[in-house]
Amino acid sequence: MGMTLIWGVMNVINLSHGPIIALGMFGTFFIFTRTGLNPYVGLIPVAILGLLLGVLIYVVAVHRVINAPHLSSLLATFSVNMIIIGLGTAALTTSPYNVDFAAGSFKLGSVTLLGTRLIAALVAMLFTGGLYLFLYRTRPGKYIRAVANNRAAAELMGIPSTRILALSFGLGTMLAAVSGALIATFFPFSILAGASYELKSFVIGVLGGLGNPIGALFGGLVLGILEGIIPAFMESSWVPVIEFGLFVVILLVRPSGLFGAKR
Amino acid sequence: MKRSLFSVFTVLIVVGVILSACAPGATPTEAPAGPAPTEAPAEPGAPTEAPAAVEKTVTIGFTSSLTGSQEVSSKRQVAGLNLWMQQVNDGGGIKLSDGTVVKVTAQTYDDESNKERVQELYTRLITEDNADFLISPYSSGLTAAASIIAEQNGKVMLTAGAAEDDAYKTGNTSLFQLYTPGSQYLLSTVDMLKKLDPEAKVAVVHENDKFSTSVVEGLKPYLESEGFEIVLEEGYASETTDFGPVINKIVESGATVLLGGGHYPDGSTFARQLYERKVGLKFVSLLVAPADSKFPELGDAALGISTSSQWELAATHTPEEAAALGKTWYGPTGEEFAAAYEAATGDKPTYHVAGGYAAGLVLQKAIEDADSVDPAEVKAALEAMDIFTFYGGIKFDTTPEAHGLQTGHQMVVAQWQKDDTGALVRKVIWPTDVANAEPLYPVPAPQQFTGLPAGAGAQRPAPEPYSGAETCSNSISYWHHYPTAFFWVLSMDWQPWG
Repeated sequence: MGMTLIWGVMNVINLSHGPIIALGMFGTFFIFTRTGLNPYVGLIPVAILGLLLGVLIYVVAVHRVINAPHLSSLLATFSVNMIIIGLGTAALTTSPYNVDFAAGSFKLGSVTLLGTRLIAALVAMLFTGGLYLFLYRTRPGKYIRAVANNRAAAELMGIPSTRILALSFGLGTMLAAVSGALIATFFPFSILAGASYELKSFVIGVLGGLGNPIGALFGGLVLGILEGIIPAFMESSWVPVIEFGLFVVILLVRPSGLFGAKR
Repeated sequence: MKRSLFSVFTVLIVVGVILSACAPGATPTEAPAGPAPTEAPAEPGAPTEAPAAVEKTVTIGFTSSLTGSQEVSSKRQVAGLNLWMQQVNDGGGIKLSDGTVVKVTAQTYDDESNKERVQELYTRLITEDNADFLISPYSSGLTAAASIIAEQNGKVMLTAGAAEDDAYKTGNTSLFQLYTPGSQYLLSTVDMLKKLDPEAKVAVVHENDKFSTSVVEGLKPYLESEGFEIVLEEGYASETTDFGPVINKIVESGATVLLGGGHYPDGSTFARQLYERKVGLKFVSLLVAPADSKFPELGDAALGISTSSQWELAATHTPEEAAALGKTWYGPTGEEFAAAYEAATGDKPTYHVAGGYAAGLVLQKAIEDADSVDPAEVKAALEAMDIFTFYGGIKFDTTPEAHGLQTGHQMVVAQWQKDDTGALVRKVIWPTDVANAEPLYPVPAPQQFTGLPAGAGAQRPAPEPYSGAETCSNSISYWHHYPTAFFWVLSMDWQPWG
């Protein structure tokens, strides 16, 4: 959702999305191991730090290339990606880390549902709803939509577009960090762990329509269902083949995504 | 526009200066440089004087995975090898009959657990660093990549952490394997199961990589020949983090025993999720991960998980065992090795450490037997070797069909159990003559979750401390991707951007 928001508002594909997910994971890890704070309470500081980091990245790396060709913003965010991974590898190594936390489990027939996953799904839905309300019901949200729609016109109306873009990037980064923080409660991770989620984010974003938060939630559900169902019929190593095959089909048949506006 | 370009170039220059300041860190464990092999000047025209000791230094080249998926086990292997090198040099070097003293020095790089890097770096080790002997990287996949370079250049390579069989069956003659081959990895576990529960229904779920696949290829026919029913066979990608769908399949298959796994990251994740989902299998044996001393960090999820181990201190091999088998004993005892390793690192040795150390020990024995550091003579000595060390028997296949394959080494089965204080300890459970505990079979069912104890998080071990010394070397290891990015930037059609 963070990736799709940033794309929707400023047409930037954020290649630092993955490492920021990984930073969110480490945020949860350190808050949990050092303070013993419940990881779900720990989401609040992770979200705030994610927002601030996003604004910082925007100011330092993205703002100057926002009107340049796509390649420039790709390179700028790729550089941020490499910087975070380089520093993270030096400080945290690439060994797997675990957050030793459980929130119970529920039996549903022969399937065991883990509490941590259910809560993560709930929080994801809450965030989607929150983002939707923010974009459609609040003044800054409306500013964001105005800037996304027509930056020049928004500026003429007195909207401080630079600040709004920084806020959007910050929000996108915050969502990435929060998703990392949630994933950390049930999967092990290292500083390199964000890469696979970044790829999935991209597929999800394209599937739902880049720039559409509800589309992102829907895309995520579709991908999740595929990942759950495909292994029941064939070897689990087929999952990425089918996922990315679907990605190509969507790009060919409906490039704007299932929920994207036709251009 | 001009100002923008100027700023970009300024930034690039500053980054370049910082990088060059960091550059020596690219070879973090590089030993003091020295020409290799180095010979002290001969003493001409003094036939009546005793010959002065000539000191030679041989360079041992290898890569280690300081980063990436093989990091945990690779670091252990290198720690074992470093201990051997330190002991050899501190002990005055390897002494040859003509008075020559051979000292060892290491040349090593971070391969990032990446096959392409391995090939680049082994080429560099051979052609630029003039390494005399090579040790393999950790893992079968990386070793297969390195073995091609070693073979092309005719360099002797001891393959420490690489069990897969195929590399030895393709006509290679420069590789010498320390580990029991992958195809035999789980056979002793099957022998044990045959005794414990001949009716067990087996699920074989493994990582889709060279090593794990070779283990399964050896395992399946053996299971069938022993009368076991394989109810599920499934491979998973190395980077899998969500084992939910695979676990659902295991449950549906009605399996009572799970054999498989792969390496540390996937194996530890798999064990944790099996526990969380309360699968309730009677027995689980996973490759590699449970053999590491980090494994008990999983807490109760580690209980009962067993593994095939190349070496366990509790079942270490002894001079008496060697004598009974009529083999030549060589090197320290297991206790001496473990004490030296603990003194050096504060950690208990795992089989990966022992494998790294044994690779050095075998090379040392070969140099002594050859009475030379000439690669051809050392290779001949390796081919003729039939010894016993604390790590076990060492004998290499010398037939053209499987040259270098390990034939003298046996494995044990170890299992995480709880001691009297409730702490998790790895016990040897098979074979019975070296076992120090009975197998925990069936493994106790996972407890119902009763909530996290208060402050449990605060009791978790802190992550590995930040090591400033590694900063440059580790972060720099990614910089080889950068030239492409820089050229990309420079070749762009620069547009003014506001």
